[in-house]
Amino acid sequence: MLEQLIFGKLTLDAIPYQNPIIMGAGAFMALCALAVIGALFYFKRWTWLWKEWLTSVDHKKIGIMYIIFAGVMLLRGFSDAIMMRTQQAIAVSPHLGYLPPEHYDQVFTAHGVIMIFFMAMAFVFGLVNIIVPEQIGARDVAYPYLNSLSFWLTVAGGSLVFISLVVGDFAATGWLAYPPLSELAYSPGVGVDYYLWALTLSGIGTLIGGINIFVTIIKMRCPGMTLMKMPLFTWSVLCSMILVIVSFPILNATLGMLFLDRFFGMHFFTADFGGNAMMYVNLIWSWGHPEVYILVLPAFGIYSEIVATFCKKTLFGYTAMVWATVAITFLSFTVWLHHFFTMGAGADVNAAFGIATMIISVPTGVKIFNWLATMYRGRITFATPMMWTIAFLITFSIGGMTGVLMSVPAIDFQVHNSVFLIAHFHNTIIGGVAFGLFAGYTYWFPKMFGFKLNETLGKFAFWFWVVGFYLAFMPLYLLGFMGMTRRLDHYSAATGWHPYLVVAMIGAFSIFIGIIFQIVQLLVSIKNRKQNMDTTGDPWDGRTLEWSIPSPPPFYNFAIEPTVDARDPFWAEKQKRKQPGYVAVKPHYTDIHMPRNTAAGFIAGMFAAVFGFAMAWDMPLIAAITGIGVLACLITRTFNFNTDYYVTAAEVEKTEAAIASGVR
Amino acid sequence: MGGSPIVIKLRSLIFKALALGSLLFLSGCNAVVMNPKGIIAEHEKHLFFVALSLMLIIVVPVIILTLVIARRYRASNTNAKYTPDWSHNNWLELVWWTVPAIIIIILATITWISAHRLDPYRPIQSDVKPITIDVVALNWRWLFIYPDLGIATINFVQFPVNTPVAFHLTSDGPMNSFQIPQLAGQIYAMAGMKTQLHLMANEMGDYNGRSTNFSGDGFSDMTFVAHVSSQDDFNKWVQTVKQSSNALTMDTYKKLAAPSEDETVQYFSSVENNLFDNVVMSFMMPAMTTTTVNTGTNSPAVVSSKK
Repeated sequence: MLEQLIFGKLTLDAIPYQNPIIMGAGAFMALCALAVIGALFYFKRWTWLWKEWLTSVDHKKIGIMYIIFAGVMLLRGFSDAIMMRTQQAIAVSPHLGYLPPEHYDQVFTAHGVIMIFFMAMAFVFGLVNIIVPEQIGARDVAYPYLNSLSFWLTVAGGSLVFISLVVGDFAATGWLAYPPLSELAYSPGVGVDYYLWALTLSGIGTLIGGINIFVTIIKMRCPGMTLMKMPLFTWSVLCSMILVIVSFPILNATLGMLFLDRFFGMHFFTADFGGNAMMYVNLIWSWGHPEVYILVLPAFGIYSEIVATFCKKTLFGYTAMVWATVAITFLSFTVWLHHFFTMGAGADVNAAFGIATMIISVPTGVKIFNWLATMYRGRITFATPMMWTIAFLITFSIGGMTGVLMSVPAIDFQVHNSVFLIAHFHNTIIGGVAFGLFAGYTYWFPKMFGFKLNETLGKFAFWFWVVGFYLAFMPLYLLGFMGMTRRLDHYSAATGWHPYLVVAMIGAFSIFIGIIFQIVQLLVSIKNRKQNMDTTGDPWDGRTLEWSIPSPPPFYNFAIEPTVDARDPFWAEKQKRKQPGYVAVKPHYTDIHMPRNTAAGFIAGMFAAVFGFAMAWDMPLIAAITGIGVLACLITRTFNFNTDYYVTAAEVEKTEAAIASGVR
Repeated sequence: MGGSPIVIKLRSLIFKALALGSLLFLSGCNAVVMNPKGIIAEHEKHLFFVALSLMLIIVVPVIILTLVIARRYRASNTNAKYTPDWSHNNWLELVWWTVPAIIIIILATITWISAHRLDPYRPIQSDVKPITIDVVALNWRWLFIYPDLGIATINFVQFPVNTPVAFHLTSDGPMNSFQIPQLAGQIYAMAGMKTQLHLMANEMGDYNGRSTNFSGDGFSDMTFVAHVSSQDDFNKWVQTVKQSSNALTMDTYKKLAAPSEDETVQYFSSVENNLFDNVVMSFMMPAMTTTTVNTGTNSPAVVSSKK
């Protein structure tokens, strides 16, 4: 009885001792964790970790933690990708490959979930967190504590996916867990429960984060920065956050209903008793389609910043860019049905949603032409961020084209669920989102850490990634025509797919080398940081406000709140400084209002992780304790009135002087 | 240049691989979607190339422009014109709003027409009397029922050439999707629901069909063969099936419906009345079907519950 209350369904059998792949991965994870813990003891860094990072509400630090988290998740998600590619390259009949279906099914599910929710989303939120306040001349986000809570809830969700690898199993349903397959009748294990709680926790985190950034952009812009003077990255983030605010409640409600089905035997989406699985599919895609724009809009913003900076030219067609972004934002809510033309909707409905979908290509095309016009008559420096941008322009055009092809329902009937679709969305998500994130990471890295990344290694990483991408996904377009369906763990030799899948695997390994170069690049750059130091705060000759402050910026970002009167304020300022007779105004410092660090977000996040685990395993006692723990954290925090303080003008002056003299 | 022979070797190797690859692909024997044998698939293929050509009007220039502009305006080329503040031009912007818009308007028109003409629910016009086949997606095999002929098969379906076929589909389990790429695009098969797919083969042969929507562990082998034959051969085949000693009763069906990765083809010489409708309704009225099935009564219960 007590055992049931504490451990629920969990027994030692939940750990798959007999599976060498899983146990190996688990052992590797444990070793990494031990190494980190060991290092923290060895260097006596526990207090530092707690005070400077875990409890920090500094948007820059939270952003960096988001990016580290995304990097770890990228490695995990990519391991899944390599496993799938090798499996499909081997598993041509009579061979069945090395992954049995029940394991392979978890691998592709985890790959999708991790890459979208915990890699791409976390990476976007990381860059957004760091850069948006700096671009709009703010000192932090609107709700610093909620920012911390958002991050730790995302970590809680991600850790559930990690734990599911070793304890029990993950969902084997595909990344959107369509019912009835994901219902108790067909997926009785804990896999789908892990999935539900991982996405629910991170989903709540994302929603809070979306509101936070939205309010930050609306309320905290510095004097003079009207909406139409905002940098394009901030504009696209604003639109992306509107999508988060409108679509994530749908995700959480939908997953909530699936939870009610599974936990309380309700029938929202079951096959029987009046449940309607198609309702789930409609709901999940009315979140899922905006989601891809949530990811790609910030990436568009990153490209806009990079193109202007590395072409030394004002962004072409700013107003058109803004309106194109706004148009995409609205249209992204009108197309979700194109994910299931093949579910038997009538021709009128299919045609309407197909046409709505292809209309999106018009504003997207306009953006591409505007980027090209920015490059036209510019002075283009081929630094790594610009290389990613050029690769994006070509790759995304191809991906966009295949997307429009699939938006014609009668064509979609043939390629839906085929690997042509897989090629299409990797073409847009890798070519659009991932390239953009890597570009932004390289571009803003000196701003985050004060030194540049190694360019040579960055270019090696770039080439292996881009070549690998084309090798891995172009064959999939062809395979789509050859009738290859997604999610197959083996196939017959008569299909003729095998050679193409071998090429795709070679592509995946090329990307793998690209990732290794990225890791080496990071390590080498840290080692040689003294040589690559960015002492000016403006390593790329930038145009927007984030480059007007030191790298890395002091915790308050701006010693003096900036006032802007132009679209590229820092560029305009630099032009002014070049004028003869320019006299710098002596700074007049004032007290700065800053938020205090808090452990509430971290503790609530950790309680939430255990709560999710306990809910997945039906552990009533632990779920009750940790659930109350989360609530207690949140409520206690609302009674804490000592949440802010002032940095005195004297202290600001001292810090600024220290930065100016190169001592920190 | 010590590395150059290797580079040349690599280049010729890559070239050979590419040539071989395109040859293999263009030979078309495996590119089923590009090698249609049915009227619907034929139209879908044609439509694909129409849409592709329309899109290439934009995409090819974009790719070329990207490369040309990137090369021409590289920082080291100081001869190229440099206009750091040029950021607006009404005419240019007008061009790149309207040209894509015109292409999309053309494509939208094609989309509207084709969505209706190639609607899988739309019966195919022909002088030949259509044949109806009910399809049930099981875990993990396909059950085909010929309601007019009173026979059923597993993982094998045969029908005559140049004859419209009306598939009625449902699922007794997770969602699946039914596709024979050389004959027509796909449609989902879902529990408690009935979907339709109309197609017509215009050449005899064996065509691979499969489920394209992931439905669990046995999904990869959820394939079947669609054998398109002459009307005579079809009639003979029906007689063969009718001689099978197996009958598809409710009990046999329940055994079939239990999860299994057994892919053997099976024939049934007779089928329980209204089996297909009962499978559909069993999800809508779980309590009722037990009585329906047990007493052997047929459609009335089903019909009345639809109201």
